[in-house]
This record gives sequence, C-alpha cells and structure tokens, in this order.
Amino acid sequence: MGAIQKVNEPAPLTEEMVLVTAAKAGDVGAFEELVRRYDRNVFRIAQHITQNREDAEDVVQDAFLKAYENLPQFQMQSKFYTWLVRIAVNEALMKLRRRRPERMVSLDEEVRTEEDSMPREIADWSPNPEQQYNQAELKDILGKTIQGLPPGFRTVFVLRDVEGLSTEETAEALNLSIPAVKSRLLRARLQLRERLNKYFKARKGGESTK
Amino acid sequence: MTCKDFLKELTDYLDDALDTRTRSELEEHLQWCHNCYVICNTTKKTIEIYRDSTLYELPDDLRGRLRSAIMTKCRAKKPSTSGA
Repeated sequence: MGAIQKVNEPAPLTEEMVLVTAAKAGDVGAFEELVRRYDRNVFRIAQHITQNREDAEDVVQDAFLKAYENLPQFQMQSKFYTWLVRIAVNEALMKLRRRRPERMVSLDEEVRTEEDSMPREIADWSPNPEQQYNQAELKDILGKTIQGLPPGFRTVFVLRDVEGLSTEETAEALNLSIPAVKSRLLRARLQLRERLNKYFKARKGGESTK
Repeated sequence: MTCKDFLKELTDYLDDALDTRTRSELEEHLQWCHNCYVICNTTKKTIEIYRDSTLYELPDDLRGRLRSAIMTKCRAKKPSTSGA
C-alpha cells in the first residue's frame, strides 16, 4: 500500500503562523509585521477591483482593521494571507457597489457569454512588445485594458496571475468553485490578450498597425 | 484535437496543470496550428506583462501613512472574542 496521509499530524509552524499566533494573543507589533508583509498586495488587489485610488486606500485600512478585530475568529486552517485577501476583496466589492449602485457587482455574475472570449483577432506580437512604450505609457495601457474587464474576471485574474495565488487559494478567497475560477481565468486572460492586440501586435515594414 | 478543444485547455496548459497525455496532444496541435500557437504565445505574454508590471504600486509615503493609521486604530481597540 502507498503512503497514508496522516491527517491528524500538525503542520509545522510557519513564520506567518508564529506572527498570527502572537497577534491573536494581543501582540500589536506582530500584527504590524503582518501589515508590512501584505499591505502592498492588498493595495494592488483593491485598486484592481475598485479602479479608484481613494477607495483602494480605504480598503487597505478597513481590511486590516477588520482582520485585526476578527483575529479571535480566525481558525488558522487556511493561510492568513488567503483569509486577509477574502476580507479585502469583500471590502473592495462593497466600495464598487456603492460607487456604481446602478450596476450589479458580483463575483457570481456571468456577464458575458463564452463567445465573447473567443479570439477574434489573431496577430503575432513583436518579441518584446512592452518595450515599444515607456513605463508611464505601458502602465496607462495595462490599467485601461484591465479596467474594461467585468469585476469578477479582473478579480480572478489579479489573484491568480498578478498575486500568484493558486487556483485553490483563489477559489477559497473568493468563495467560488475551482471550475468557476478556471473558467473566469481563461476568459479574463483571453479578453485581456484580445484587448492588448491593438497595442502590441507586430508592425509590418515599420508601419503602424493602428 | 480542434482549436476549440485547445482553447478549453489553454489555462491548464499555461499553468502546467495537465496530465502528460493531454499536454502532448496540445503540443501536437500547436505544431501545425499557427493560430493556436499565436494565441498561446500572446496569452502567455499577456500574463507575463501584467505580472512584471509595476501597476498600482503603493508609494512609500502613502504606505507609511496608511500603516500608521491602521496601527493607531488597532491600538485603540484590542481584538475581542465577541467579533466585529
């Protein structure tokens, strides 16, 4: 018989778990270290979802404060970061709903049909397309492009592809099934690719393709 | 394998989450289908460009202000077992 999984064996304590345990016991300094560790990530996620700098700042503050207040309820069965991301995503979606009350904002919405993600334009890109633009132009292009995706798609994309969460962690953080994460991720990736085409496709004979 | 089948598996292919058999079927398709080859390459590049970008970086001064505001509020209220 193969290896048997020892389900009751405690996992080794990670540095993060040590900090969380200390913070749960009232060590504010340990919590500050957790803030230092993840504030950049939370800000990036919040700004991707809300597309608004002030809202993203509020989300960072509210998410960490909520995490601190709810530390006693955190069971340490998942990673602290995944739990924190879940809080931050909910706060960010609430901001978005407040700002756009006329539009339903939900991670569950199937905003577009499968056909909308099918590639329409198939053109190869130049070898290093991002080098055609300076840093500011590139940021502008990437920001505008991702802004056009439905919130549910860009949230999955940012967690998986920008922040590097696994499919399972993304599903846990967003309370979605694994197939739902994979389906949204595929559609987000394909839609971004399609939208970036107009900026990055290879130019023939030195002529602009625009 | 059709192009539609290929697209369905593209995410798992790029994430290296496929079994060996499906992976080799996809790679065989890529050998002769230029369109899927281009879509695969440009999708991969899309991910890399976003991953490597400095989009929405938290500036140091704002970072300091946010952290200080968070910690002031945290010190004012200890976590309680009754929840938020």
